[in-house]
Amino acid sequence: MGETAIHPSIDEIWTWLGEVPDPEIPVISLVDLGIIRNVEWQNGRLVVTVTPTYSGCPATSLINFEIEKALRDHGIADLELKRQLSPAWTTDWISAEGMDKLREYGIAPPLRDDGENVACPRCGSRDTERISQFGSTPCKANWRCRACLEPFERFKCH
Amino acid sequence: MTAIVVEGCDLRLEFLLRMGDNCLVLGHRLSEWCGHTPVLEEDIAIANVSLDLVGQTQLWLGLAGEVEEKGHSADNLAYLRDAGGFRNFLLVEQPNGSYGQTLMRQFLFDAWHYFMLRRLEHSSDKRIAEIAEKAVKEVTYHLERSTDLVIRLGDGTPESRAFMQEALEMLWPYTGQMFDADSLDDAAIASGLMPDLADIRPDWDTQVNRVLKAATLQVPKEAWLHKVGARSVHTEHLGYILADMQFLQRSYPGATW
Repeated sequence: MGETAIHPSIDEIWTWLGEVPDPEIPVISLVDLGIIRNVEWQNGRLVVTVTPTYSGCPATSLINFEIEKALRDHGIADLELKRQLSPAWTTDWISAEGMDKLREYGIAPPLRDDGENVACPRCGSRDTERISQFGSTPCKANWRCRACLEPFERFKCH
Repeated sequence: MTAIVVEGCDLRLEFLLRMGDNCLVLGHRLSEWCGHTPVLEEDIAIANVSLDLVGQTQLWLGLAGEVEEKGHSADNLAYLRDAGGFRNFLLVEQPNGSYGQTLMRQFLFDAWHYFMLRRLEHSSDKRIAEIAEKAVKEVTYHLERSTDLVIRLGDGTPESRAFMQEALEMLWPYTGQMFDADSLDDAAIASGLMPDLADIRPDWDTQVNRVLKAATLQVPKEAWLHKVGARSVHTEHLGYILADMQFLQRSYPGATW
């Protein structure tokens, strides 16, 4: 081919992946979400290991597509995406920055210490209640704030 | 991995079909509610549970296709087998009926599914253990939800209680099949592939009895229970499910998005 294959550093690739938004909650990146488990060069091929959030999450194939597109746009030609089921994804892998971004976006982040006293992302009150175990995506539940009376979504601890 | 063959069946393949078909058929049944449930929150919830189950089907049947080594994908196995090739429980193919009946069916299955997956996390087969580890997190949520709703509707108004009691009596005979091991189950248990159903039974009994009591419902006494029979034998309902679910691939073979 005569072209020199580019071989960027792993750190640089993590930075690129950190710019790929989650398709359903675009304020956080795929790296914030904690689903990219490993990035490494294997004999000149870039292998990216991804773990699914929920088994049936419709965004899974789109996420793989977005990862591939981002890396190809940066000139990576030889690329392999690997799916890894175990250890199973947990919301504990969402970065602290990701948790803050969720809250700013209006989604209560999945903090285990909250228990049943989830803080309203709008007014901060903990006088809230769950109204449905499921929300607009598999990963969220519907809640309501009794203080400001606004409904909100909570990213479920998983 | 060396295949263990019993009575002409690859044990691993058979086991994967049993797990996958339960998820697929129940997932499809739940999807029939989409847009029709009594309240919006329930519509979203039931569609999400359906989505989880169909996602888990991808994992189980995807691995079944690998084990079978005939180049079949999860889609091929879902869309191109006839009723006699399906290995799901009779319970999950029963019609949705009232919303209460759907929730009762879900609860009886969720309780089995949860305790099964908990133990499958320790399967001797690493791939099976990995799928169980993933799925059990979702199923924990399913069981929490169906438990809550069975209690609320059973211990609800006289009308909702009557619906739930009727559903329980109708579905109870199908619960026997979940614990009645056939020779293939026995071989899979002996190989460590799956847990002993006799070990799951007490956990299921405890959970179900506790919840039904809280729901003020009466477990049918001396009810006749379906035995395991041949896992390829189904009620008439499965044929109708497949006619609906497989229509596209049967009419337009190989159609893709």
